[in-house]
Amino acid sequence: MWKWLHPYAKTERAYVLCNTLLPWFVVTAVLSLSIGTLWGLVFAPADYQQGDSFRIIYIHVPSALLSMSTYVAMAVAAAVGMIWQWRTAYMAMIAIAPVGAVMTFIALVTGAAWGKPMWGTWWVWDARLTSELILLFLYLGVMALYSAFDDKRQGGKAAGVMAIVGVVNIPIIHYSVEWWNTLHQGATITKFDKPSIAPEMLWPLLINLLGFAAFVGAVSLVRMRNEIIRREIHRPWVVLIAKQASK
Amino acid sequence: MQFDSFSEFLNMGGYGFFVWLSFGITAAAMVAIVIESRLAQKRLVREILAEQARKDRIRGVKSPSSNREQQL
Repeated sequence: MWKWLHPYAKTERAYVLCNTLLPWFVVTAVLSLSIGTLWGLVFAPADYQQGDSFRIIYIHVPSALLSMSTYVAMAVAAAVGMIWQWRTAYMAMIAIAPVGAVMTFIALVTGAAWGKPMWGTWWVWDARLTSELILLFLYLGVMALYSAFDDKRQGGKAAGVMAIVGVVNIPIIHYSVEWWNTLHQGATITKFDKPSIAPEMLWPLLINLLGFAAFVGAVSLVRMRNEIIRREIHRPWVVLIAKQASK
Repeated sequence: MQFDSFSEFLNMGGYGFFVWLSFGITAAAMVAIVIESRLAQKRLVREILAEQARKDRIRGVKSPSSNREQQL
């Protein structure tokens, strides 16, 4: 009776997995983001040099970190798709891309709004800022390349190559503050040393980091489900899901 | 609690504009992608149902007369 399912097991199983994981990611994201943001905005002490403007750190650092790790996740998905010819992986890649682009956008905007009062300028063409901007263009490039193909198998491969090649930018972003003279300050947490930040400032940052990660995960899962439906639109189980959803 | 009053909280030690600009755009961007993803889902479901209804209609026209050869 269930034999008709077998050929579609992969995408359907992926869909079910998305459904199972989603509530956990949503709960974690909502809880962590509200606790971390409230703690960071209201209870964390002001910085002795930057005053209250430092509170932007609670969205700037998580979004910047996530913009890079999300890119790596997307590139890993692309590599899996390429090596094992696994089209579900390409779906994951294209589901993740817009979420990473949003994280990069947030990192750039909050960085500019933090740079204006601290450095006296919204933007400088220095290594850290420019490489992060290139990251945004890489995300947009992956999305554009994928949508440029009518044949999504081809589109997945082309966008996948771009995603994998773009990984070279990730270490450049991370080490840009060491390799070049830059306005941007050095690493605070992601270094092999004690974090150079007081614990009562660090905790809300770590909580928000978890919150942003869970947010990226949750939105990626929703988009992954959409992508599976979009690609499997004629499958009986997808039609069944649509009928259930409309009830 | 680092702030004595709500207006002081909004002022953010003189950096209010930059802090709230950052948090505002961040919240807007995050809400936007969540809404976009949910709307896409609804759109897909509608699309599938419309396609299914179309198929059912065609089947409904075909099956009562049961063979197309008679019509041709």
